Amino acid sequence: MSELSKMTIADARDALRAGDVSAVELTEACLTEIEAADALGAFVHKTADLARARAAAADARIKAGDAPAMCGIPLGIKDLFCTEGVPSQAASRILDGFRPEYESTVTQKLRDAGAVMLGKLNMDEFAMGSSNETSIYGDAVNPWKVDDRKLTPGGSSGGSAAAVAADLCLAAIGTDTGGSIRQPAAFTGIAGLKPTYGRCSRWGIVAFASSLDQAGPMTKSVRDAAIMLQAMAGHDAKDSTSADIPVPDFEAMLTGDIRGKVIGIPREYRMDGMPAEIEKLWHEGAEMLRAAGAEVVDISLPHTKYALPAYYVIAPAEASSNLARYDGVRYGHRAKLAQGDGIVQMYEKTRAEGFGPEVQRRVMVGTYVLSAGFYDAYYNRARKVRTLIKKDFEDVFADGIDAILTPATPSAAFGLGEMSEADPVQMYLNDVFTVTVNLAGLPGISVPVGLNGKGLPLGLQLIGRPWAEDDLLNTAYALEAAAGFVSKPAKWW
Amino acid sequence: MSIDVDTARRVAHLARIAVADDDLPALASSFNAILGFVEQLNEVDVDGVEPMTSVTPMRLKRRADEVTDGNIQQKILSNAPDAREGFFAVPKVVE
Repeated sequence: MSELSKMTIADARDALRAGDVSAVELTEACLTEIEAADALGAFVHKTADLARARAAAADARIKAGDAPAMCGIPLGIKDLFCTEGVPSQAASRILDGFRPEYESTVTQKLRDAGAVMLGKLNMDEFAMGSSNETSIYGDAVNPWKVDDRKLTPGGSSGGSAAAVAADLCLAAIGTDTGGSIRQPAAFTGIAGLKPTYGRCSRWGIVAFASSLDQAGPMTKSVRDAAIMLQAMAGHDAKDSTSADIPVPDFEAMLTGDIRGKVIGIPREYRMDGMPAEIEKLWHEGAEMLRAAGAEVVDISLPHTKYALPAYYVIAPAEASSNLARYDGVRYGHRAKLAQGDGIVQMYEKTRAEGFGPEVQRRVMVGTYVLSAGFYDAYYNRARKVRTLIKKDFEDVFADGIDAILTPATPSAAFGLGEMSEADPVQMYLNDVFTVTVNLAGLPGISVPVGLNGKGLPLGLQLIGRPWAEDDLLNTAYALEAAAGFVSKPAKWW
Repeated sequence: MSIDVDTARRVAHLARIAVADDDLPALASSFNAILGFVEQLNEVDVDGVEPMTSVTPMRLKRRADEVTDGNIQQKILSNAPDAREGFFAVPKVVE
C-alpha cells in the first residue's frame, strides 16, 4: 500500500515545498488507491486525466516558488458541487448526463490554489439522507468494519467520509445542511467542519435548503481542516448570503492553548436512552478539555428538543422550492412521453422518474407545509421556533461561553440496510445533535475522540460562536491532541 | 391532523410528481409519520416571536442594475434534453 495517500495536507504541503515529493507522485498514489477501492463506492466519477494535468501544473507552480498551501494536494469533491465539464449530478437520476459549463466558487477557489481534483464523490441524493443509501450510484461503504456487515459511512457526505478515512485522497469537501459533514466524519473517524453560514460561497453548489446549506472540509486532522477552510472561505459577489468580512488566518490560531476558555455542556443533549458509550465519551471529552485548562460548565439550550421538528419543516419547504427547477427542460433527465402528453405530464413523469423516494417525499412534505392554509401552522411556526433556537445559543454566548461540547451522533455507524424498514423519522434522528447548529447558522466541528466497545470510531462535536472558526478550530485542536485518536480501519476492500 | 389519500394525491400534483394510485396510501402514511413528528412544534410558545428570515444579521448586498454577462446561448443550451434552433423545446403548450 502506498504511504503517500495517507499523508495529511500539512505534511504533504511541507514535503512538496521541500521537494521531497511531487504533486504528480501524490496524485498517482491516490489514483492507484482509488482504482483498488471500488468496493467502497466512494468515487463515482473518476477524473484521472484531469488530475494528472492539474498535478503537473501544480508541480511547475511549486518549483517556481510561492505556491499556496493547497497547491498540489489531491482532493475528492462531493458530487453536489458543479465542476466544469465533469458530471455533477447530486447523486440523482434527474441530473443524469449534466456537465456544468461552470465551476462552483468553492471548487474554483481550490482550483486556483492549485489543488488537484481526483473525482466526484458519492452522497445521498440531493444531500437528503444520513446513510448514503439514497444515492443513484448505490451505497457508499464505511471502510470501518467489525463483522460481516457492511456499515454506512453516514450521510449525506458519505463518499467524502469513506474516501478520506480509507486514504483514497488527502482530504475531501462535503456540504452540511443538518449534519451531513459532521455525522459522516464521526462515523469514519475523521475531522469534519461546518463553517458559519455565509463563510463559504454556496454559488454552484446544487441547492437543497438554501438557508441551511454550507460547504466545509473533511480531513484527517484539525490542522488540515484549518488549512483547507482558508482556501475555501471568503466573500463571493455571486452569493448574496456570503459574508463580506475578513477571513482570519485559521492555521495560525492553532496553539492548542485553551486555558481560561469556557466550555458549555448543554443538559438538553443528554437524551433519554442515550447509549452508555456515547455518554462516557462525552464525559471523557469534557475532562480532556478541563485537563487542558478550560473551565467546563453546565448550560441550558431549552429549545433543543424542537430543532429536529423545525428542521423537518424548513428544510423540505426550501427543498420543494429549490428542486422545482428540475423540470426536464434545461438540463438532465426528461421522461419519454406518450402520444398526446402535454407539458404537465412531462413535468410529472420526469420528476417521478428522476427523483428517488426520499427526495420525492421531502419535496411533497415541503409542498404541503407551504400550501395555502398550512403555511402559518407549519412553515411560519417552524421559522419562529428557529428564532428561539438561535436565541438559546445567543444567550449562552452572551453569558461568556466560548464553545459547546456535545456528542456528534447518537450512535456509532450502523449497518447498511438496517434502517430500510423503519419510518423516515427514525433516520432523521441521526441529526439530533447537529441540526441545531445549522438552524442557528453556527460553526460546528466533529472531532474523532475514541472507539466504542466493538472498535468503531466515535466523535464529539464542538460548536463555536458565529465567525469564530479560528477559536473553534483551536479548541478542536486541543481536544484532538488530548484524545490522541490514531486508529485506522483495517483494509478489506 | 391526518393526511388522507386524496390529500396525498393533491400534494403530489402540486409538486408535479406523478404518483400511481396504488402508491398513494403508503405516501399518505409516510406524510403522517413526518407531520406527526412535527406536531411537537405546537407545544412551543411563539407569541410575539418573529419568524426568522435571515440567520446572520446582515444586509444583503446591492449592486448597480446593469447587465454583467450574456452572449452564452450555446453554454445555456448545452445540457438541454431537447434544444432546437437556439431554444429549449417542450411539448405544445398553447392550442
